[in-house]
Amino acid sequence: MDLITLLQLLDSTLRLATPLLLACLAGLFSERAGIFDIGLEGKMLAAAFLSAAVAYATGNVWVGLLAGIFASLLLSAIHGLASITFRGNQLISGVAINFLAAGLTVVIAQSWFAQGGRTPQLSGAGRFNPITLPGADALRDVPILGPIYYELISGHTIIVYMALLIVPLTAWVLFSTRFGLRLRAVGENPAAVDTAGVSVVGMRFAAVAICGVLCGIAGAYLATALQAGFTKDMSAGRGYIALAALIFAKWRPVYCLWACLLFGFLQAIALRSDLIERVLQFNIQSQLLDALPYILTVVILAGFVGKAVPPRAGGEPYVKER
Amino acid sequence: MDVMPKWAEVILVPLISLLLAAILSAIVILAIGENPWDALKLMVDGALGSTYGWGYTLYYATNFIFTGLAVAIAFHARMFNIGGEGQAVLGGLGVALVCLYIPFPHWSLALIAASVGAALFGAAWAFIPAILQAKRGSHIVITTIMFNFIAAALLNYLLVGALKPAGSMEPATGKFPESTNLPSFQDMFSFGEATLFRGAPANISFFVAVAACIALWALIWRTRLGYEIRAFGHSESAAKYAGISPTKIIVISMLISGGLAGMMAINNVQGEAERLVLNAVEGAGFIGIAVALMGRSHPLGVFLAAILFGFLYQGGAELALWTSIPRELIIVIQALVILFTGALDNMVRGPLERLFLLRRQPPKPDRKSTSAEGAN
Repeated sequence: MDLITLLQLLDSTLRLATPLLLACLAGLFSERAGIFDIGLEGKMLAAAFLSAAVAYATGNVWVGLLAGIFASLLLSAIHGLASITFRGNQLISGVAINFLAAGLTVVIAQSWFAQGGRTPQLSGAGRFNPITLPGADALRDVPILGPIYYELISGHTIIVYMALLIVPLTAWVLFSTRFGLRLRAVGENPAAVDTAGVSVVGMRFAAVAICGVLCGIAGAYLATALQAGFTKDMSAGRGYIALAALIFAKWRPVYCLWACLLFGFLQAIALRSDLIERVLQFNIQSQLLDALPYILTVVILAGFVGKAVPPRAGGEPYVKER
Repeated sequence: MDVMPKWAEVILVPLISLLLAAILSAIVILAIGENPWDALKLMVDGALGSTYGWGYTLYYATNFIFTGLAVAIAFHARMFNIGGEGQAVLGGLGVALVCLYIPFPHWSLALIAASVGAALFGAAWAFIPAILQAKRGSHIVITTIMFNFIAAALLNYLLVGALKPAGSMEPATGKFPESTNLPSFQDMFSFGEATLFRGAPANISFFVAVAACIALWALIWRTRLGYEIRAFGHSESAAKYAGISPTKIIVISMLISGGLAGMMAINNVQGEAERLVLNAVEGAGFIGIAVALMGRSHPLGVFLAAILFGFLYQGGAELALWTSIPRELIIVIQALVILFTGALDNMVRGPLERLFLLRRQPPKPDRKSTSAEGAN
């Protein structure tokens, strides 16, 4: 395999890992605050639809992005209402949100655009377009470093760079700010946070809202950057892969990046079965590559490769008085 | 402890939840420019207005009874088996292997063998998450979700490879032999001139599903094992103290759950398609969650809720055929039912409890609302 092919593979890894990463960090905020969220998938899907629809109507992808975040926040609010205010079952609420998004997006898309549950194709300013970083063209002919800069680092949409920046930002917020300390405490021992005079409900709603914003960006990226428009069920299990990545990363931000890059890489090579055959001299079934993130997650969960310990108060509604 | 009489808890809460889901669905239908009343009439007419419609309604209901019972028995042990979908996929594989590779003289033997095959494969798929939960504490919800995807990939792999007949392009097995084909309602209920259920897929496995309801009821409320499962579900520590092994209960209840989900395949794979295709389950494993929640994890409730969802599925297909309302509306209704009965049930229960408290004369001061503890 030559350098250019490898770089192309890594380039598509980065593009495919971005929505996983954003959703994974979204889940990180929520679960660190003690709110399990298996509704990442649904939030992404809703955001993908509304961002594509609004970007098409206004011709402005940034307005589309905001609309996507709004859709995702709306579902977050339902999740918060069910699991924080009414102390319902967080897992069941997440399942409901996934179905709500899967159904509503198609029903509304059919009603608005009558194209069989999809939005019209986006083009021009209706999409996030690749950015050529300064000097990429000039440095292209420099050996080794030139192609790396031109092929791999330059030429992504702004959301990819944003997602990469959000990783250190998340680590800083969670581990170096008062807000982050409280957020993690709410997920480990909400009674202690309550005793300290901090609102558990408020902290959890804040975490769920951040989760909504990040899922919104992830969904908008799917429909306006990775692809040009919304199609039915376009999130295609990415929310669940992000969940898997979160466990794989043991609920730590930088590990999330590596886990998502790994799963993105698996998706990227699944698209290039010709390459595998050329390099390995034998064919790996694409189904095995599809299943690998899930199998790895089960192995991690089983505790055979280091133990994944979730936040202690995860999934438990907080009741002030017992 | 109980603020509300039992009938209110068992009947009123699910009905109000259903009503809320129906109102919201009606708003969605209005918003896309159709008339909800006409839509309802069309659904009732299409799903219940003829034996043909009933044949489809009961066919879907059969699937949902199996997956609903699967989720319900796991709920009794306070496990959330979200992997009914994958277990049903594996059940289909079990049915296909039995029907394709064992020669049967009569369908009745084929039905028994296929049921065993389906249950074994479904149970096997539930076993790994169960043992990981019991022994290593891996969260069963996450592992069963992962196993759904692994099952889909596995089936995909087998159907484009080993199980596909030579020369076929379609990812599906060949037709099962004639002797394994189950009698449909049309075969069973047509007398002389009158042909009932013409062309509808409902078949004898509906009665297997009904038998499974009764058997599960007996298991849960009339056996020692059922008592242990319920005790474990109410309080793990109390059950442990009474000498009940958590590992045993988790594994056994999940094996029963997976087996029931797998048995759905005798209806959709052996009864209807008569071969194994990709995506044969069509989300029925997930509908089981809504059915179990709606039916309050009681076999009779599951049966009624499954009929309701069978009606929604057949009615939804009719809607998609005659109006501009897409079939996905049913997924919205399903989501709302899950949301109101499973996650927002305290929102419904709270005001109801206050209402019943008001009626009590005189109100006892120490009886505070226990809605928080009611969260499952």
